[in-house]
Amino acid sequence: MDALAVSPNVVWVFAAICAALLCASAISVLLARSAGPDGHRELRLRIRSWWLMVAVFAAALTLHRNLTLIFFAFVSFLALKEYLSLIPTRRSDRRVLFWAYLTIPAQYVWVGMEWYGMFIIFLPVYVFLFLPLRMVLIGETTEFLRAAGTVHWGLMTTVFSISHVAFLLVLPESRNPVAGGAGLVLYLVLLTEANDIAQYLWGKSLGRRKILPKVSPNKTWAGFLGGVVTVTVLAVMLAPYLTPLDPLHASVAGVLVGIGGFVGDVVISAVKRDIGVKDSGALIPGHGGILDRIDSLTYTAPLLFHYLRYLSF
Amino acid sequence: MIRALRWLFFAVVARLIVLVVLGLNVRHRERLPTSGPAIIVGNHNSHLDTLVLMTLLPLELLPRVRPVAAADYFLGKGLLSWFAINIIGILPLERRPVRGVDPLAACSSALTQGDILILYPEGTRGEPEELGAFKSGIAHLAARCPEARTTPVYMKGLGKALPKGEALLVPFFCDVFVGEALHCDGNRRTYMASLQAAYEALAEEAGDRRPPRATAMPPP
Repeated sequence: MDALAVSPNVVWVFAAICAALLCASAISVLLARSAGPDGHRELRLRIRSWWLMVAVFAAALTLHRNLTLIFFAFVSFLALKEYLSLIPTRRSDRRVLFWAYLTIPAQYVWVGMEWYGMFIIFLPVYVFLFLPLRMVLIGETTEFLRAAGTVHWGLMTTVFSISHVAFLLVLPESRNPVAGGAGLVLYLVLLTEANDIAQYLWGKSLGRRKILPKVSPNKTWAGFLGGVVTVTVLAVMLAPYLTPLDPLHASVAGVLVGIGGFVGDVVISAVKRDIGVKDSGALIPGHGGILDRIDSLTYTAPLLFHYLRYLSF
Repeated sequence: MIRALRWLFFAVVARLIVLVVLGLNVRHRERLPTSGPAIIVGNHNSHLDTLVLMTLLPLELLPRVRPVAAADYFLGKGLLSWFAINIIGILPLERRPVRGVDPLAACSSALTQGDILILYPEGTRGEPEELGAFKSGIAHLAARCPEARTTPVYMKGLGKALPKGEALLVPFFCDVFVGEALHCDGNRRTYMASLQAAYEALAEEAGDRRPPRATAMPPP
């Protein structure tokens, strides 16, 4: 394991993820056989994309610390680009949007420097104050508030929130001897995605009463609660291998991810509904755009990060 | 040497800009021509249009692909002219025809050789994200080379990324919609009408419901 920058536990959990994906692939093949060649095409596409995403994520997480940071910076870039391509923007703000993109390398440099103070105030304070100033210097006042508000909301969602995943990586290794920062990143991402899948499966099989019919007509109470329970069990099971959390604290982490993931999902759904699109893009076959995939993470990443930081670091 | 530079530019620089900095969502990619002679028609909002259309085609076709570009804009400006001719590989077109000179001669001979031409019938980049009136030169060309099929491509988003008169590229995803190939049976009027209809359909698929302005019709 010397070639890898991570502890053996992280590798074992990745092996378990591959085993679970193998099961999913096998089930989808069996389903397809009973339903004909065109049956469950969407599901097969989805699972194939999962394989690819797990492979890329595993490579980015295990090879080198800086590679992981660049990977998450690129995820932020794709998500911000997708967001800015969806929302109406003013032509006069081209330079403002360029500055908005430049905040991505800056934010991830603070992470790489392990400079927590700057990391935590850069976007909410300095960028928040600077971008409206840049807009004022250009001088266009029509729709000023909407432009300033939408750009900042996008930066907080796609850059500030997602960079919390990266900051987990640089938390002091000594406080998490079982798996280090990479273990915490894997814990967060795995729980968040497992929650998405569990909510979907519970909702499909048992869901009846709609939870937020105006925002997301497919979300049900059974899906939401089933997801929270499933992810809490998973959080307690995985905690000893990846985190310094004891079972009680791990169960709270699971509830946080379950609720946070649901909220992140429906908030991005509300944004898409406002803009009038079904998917945020077409980057990931079977899933939609990158925002469709990381919507839950925009809530779970800062929530779990500050919870862990308060408890252990 | 120059051919290698051209290949390198499109294999690395153009693909980096188009696929990573911008990012494409392509619908109906299978409708693109796989060999020449062919005409690819695009709506024109940005210098990036040509890079995107050339990136859509596989690199093996690169020696065959010739974007038709305004001679008055691209020729005679030193470095720009060298870059346009050698790297992009433009086929210069006189926008103000000279009496007695056939402005489409170079285009039709390229088609006879089996090249793939990229043409912007709006004639200029125009206002960002707006479709201008089509000029009828394309119909004359298509009528002369009936074996060349015309594939309309509608691009959305590039006028935001790099509009006319701006030098700063701001990343935006670009949506590309490829239409069904059209034939010209010699009747330029019906050809222009079907090209116009194809664009309206693609614009509607792209969510841009505003119909394009009236076409300048070729004389019957």
